[in-house]
Amino acid sequence: MGRRVAIVGTGQTYHKSHRPDVTSREMIREAVVAALADADLTIKDIDAVVIGNMDHFESINYVDTYSVEGSGAFMKPVMKVSTGGTTGSTVAIAAYYHVASGLFDRVLAVGFEKNSESDTTAAIITCSDPVWDRFSYSGAIPSLATEATAYMEKYGATQEDAAMVGERDRGHALNNPYAHLRRPLTVADIMASPMLAYPIKLGDICPRSDGACAVILAADGIAQKIASRPAWFKAVSVRHTYTWFGDSTDYNKGLVSLQRASREAYAQAGIKNPVEEIDVAELYLPYTWAGLKWIEDLGFCGPGEAARFVGDGNTHMGGKLPVNPSGGVLSTNCIGATALLRVAEAAIQIMGKGGKRQVPDVKTALATGFGGCFWSDVVILSAVRP
Amino acid sequence: MGKAAIVGVAQTKYERRKKDQIFADLVFDVTREALADAGMTIDDIESVVTVSNDFFDGRTISGMAVGDACGGQDKNISTVSGDGTFGAFYGLMRVLSGFRTTLVVAHYKGSEGSVPVTTNGMFDPLFHRLLGVDAVSSAALQANVYMNRHGVTEEEIAAVSVKNHGNALNNPYAQVPLRITVADVMASRKIADPLKLLDCCPVSDGAAAVIIADEETAKRGGRRPAWVKGVAHCCEDYLLGDRDLADPAALRAAAAKAYAMAGIEDPLSEIDVMEVLEPFSYMEPLWLEGLGVCRPGEGASLVERGVTTMDGRLPVNPSGGALSANPILVAGLARLVEAVLQVRGEAGARQIKGAKTALAHGFNGPCGQSHCVWIVGAEG
Amino acid sequence: MEKNGTPVERLEITFKHPMPYEWSIGRYGSRFFQEIREKRRFIGIRCDGCGSVYVPPRRVCGPCFRELTELVPLSDTGVLTAFSVVNYPFIDPATGELRPIPYTYGYIRLDGADNIFSHLINEKDWHKIKVGMRVRAVFKNPEEMEGNIQDIKYFDLLP
Repeated sequence: MGRRVAIVGTGQTYHKSHRPDVTSREMIREAVVAALADADLTIKDIDAVVIGNMDHFESINYVDTYSVEGSGAFMKPVMKVSTGGTTGSTVAIAAYYHVASGLFDRVLAVGFEKNSESDTTAAIITCSDPVWDRFSYSGAIPSLATEATAYMEKYGATQEDAAMVGERDRGHALNNPYAHLRRPLTVADIMASPMLAYPIKLGDICPRSDGACAVILAADGIAQKIASRPAWFKAVSVRHTYTWFGDSTDYNKGLVSLQRASREAYAQAGIKNPVEEIDVAELYLPYTWAGLKWIEDLGFCGPGEAARFVGDGNTHMGGKLPVNPSGGVLSTNCIGATALLRVAEAAIQIMGKGGKRQVPDVKTALATGFGGCFWSDVVILSAVRP
Repeated sequence: MGKAAIVGVAQTKYERRKKDQIFADLVFDVTREALADAGMTIDDIESVVTVSNDFFDGRTISGMAVGDACGGQDKNISTVSGDGTFGAFYGLMRVLSGFRTTLVVAHYKGSEGSVPVTTNGMFDPLFHRLLGVDAVSSAALQANVYMNRHGVTEEEIAAVSVKNHGNALNNPYAQVPLRITVADVMASRKIADPLKLLDCCPVSDGAAAVIIADEETAKRGGRRPAWVKGVAHCCEDYLLGDRDLADPAALRAAAAKAYAMAGIEDPLSEIDVMEVLEPFSYMEPLWLEGLGVCRPGEGASLVERGVTTMDGRLPVNPSGGALSANPILVAGLARLVEAVLQVRGEAGARQIKGAKTALAHGFNGPCGQSHCVWIVGAEG
Repeated sequence: MEKNGTPVERLEITFKHPMPYEWSIGRYGSRFFQEIREKRRFIGIRCDGCGSVYVPPRRVCGPCFRELTELVPLSDTGVLTAFSVVNYPFIDPATGELRPIPYTYGYIRLDGADNIFSHLINEKDWHKIKVGMRVRAVFKNPEEMEGNIQDIKYFDLLP
């Protein structure tokens, strides 16, 4: 088996819709410098770098080699991994294997995106098959809208139910100095916002942000010396189940990849009852309905029960299982960094560095990534060395 | 490093245009052939790393398109965007972390995109891209720096092309096997001074796959495993103007680390065969200098001195190398496939007799910015 | 310079050049479009492992990892399983221009297929569309067909 691995430092930029003051390289550097400062390390201590984004958002080929001055990978091993929306968690998981393999002791994981540098929807459309889907596809929103319609149909959920998720996450974002959207948004605001693709309204979806995130991982024996309270990896799990859009649209089955990835992760971590055993969750929820449907797939509540579960405050700060103390993806979405931010925020909660967004006494934290053809990544971190 | 081995390999024939097949079809073919080579079924594969690039495939999340074809359904899967040697490196790390097996697949269809446009995308959008620089013109810059530094002649460089295209005559997978002379190379059309057509790789379609296994699985398998003795990668500065293009510093660093892992002190005498990624003829001697085979400036005479020819002390690119087929991304993984075949003694007409230790090399980025070096051996 | 108190104007560079590609359609995909042109019908492909019929036809069944070879004819009718009336402006990467909106994007389970085919629905008023409605493909005239997905104009809602 591989070595035990922990997160010992995190860093992120502040997030905005447009950062014309920096290039991608310079923006990456801000996150890297912050992570090194958090771990009290210098770039000389880093053995390898893993980086990810989505090529067509900035139109830069070979971002691993482009970003060397920003990531600090000069005369170090650097590897690029890229899996769409899951890129950030893919980066974290790749960095985990770098350390677990025994080949590297201290590894820097970097995710970034400057969504302002291209038309986000046009770039997302290019993920569809050029022969079959690109002509009719119009980006992430309608695929999600179709999922939402099916969920409403099946369980009688309302648009207001989904809007509660938006109100919650945007409320949490007020506690996070790094969040992009830091204005409260109510259910009424969301209901009154313009319809983009039925039933998704402007208030139901994530913004597009510029930003970067960096996380430092270290091996057992080293991690304890760097951080007083390292965030140990207890589980990493990936399910990228679908290749063709049309093969993954039986919404009555739910988000199968998340069901499978989370069950495997729970088994790795020895978790039997997620709601009781997980203290905080940072979930990749790109639109409000995900905050209902996908927590059912995670086993936080039964099928069709999410509206009540969320409505009763279980996922709010102070609730049974707070979801997205950071404000989540609905408040900040720099795509290549988004899922890494989930992992970083989960680690921040374990390390007790969450400031106003800190959930008290976190022992176990769960982070997810979502992307591609309804794909899922799951990471579980623990305050206790496994 | 824990012990791991490559237990299955496969590659397609490399061709200019595989119109009958979408790139997922190529991946499906090499996946099944690598499984057959390893004596495995898809159920024996615990983890998958696909290698792809959104620019080359013309689609975002290009790894998504091969998820079914590589048997990645319901498996722990990821995608490396870069040369196949880097994808294999990730595969190795997964095996060293506890997966019994990892399948690594790479695909590329050069016929589908525009190489000048996609490789122009490697360059800085603010300062260089509008100048029109691409893989070929940047290589020409590097060739001139290298040749001027050491007084290397165009004929010496042309000899590499003659050797590798000639070696490709023995390789049924090669795209451009040619029986040519230095005069033929010199007379070929000027592409970007000093590079002529026969100094440059072709545009290729193809795919390759390797299966990496842990010690226990590798020992249990029927076929002879190729053990991973050493592997490392390293990246230098991005902007060409910030680098000494005649001195592959990152390659030297990666090689030093890989040699240390493998216990190699003198690569020239301890390595039996090398497969290096040389899309342009001048790259082979330059990389051999970086790999410590000879001193700086001496690489260009290696062919003439008979060191790197098939019957030489250290044959380089018996397969014909990237000059004979350059499916980008796949090209480095193909070097690794060839190295494995050599130490298994199964390289057919291109076999180096008695090869026990082989080196494979790949790189990412303009003018070889980020290099990966693998050393595989017949003995564990 | 900014340290001296003079703000520097933020400049940006714009690239608008398209990246050209020439994607292979492959053997079964090519056959799919030929079938539309010649017989005005869809074809799918059946997995002899799980029995699933996939459209568009492809060489491998993901869950079974088996080679697919058995092409099966499919009807030009199906059921709408999900839809969205797209009403936000965006650049179409195929043309570099804004794609005309609104338009209706639909997921269609073609009769005889197990997975879903996506295309356009010829109705822009979402009040008139319901999941579960039956739909029928409307093809271009054969002489206008080009061997691509737009040889199907859209799907009509059936009463």
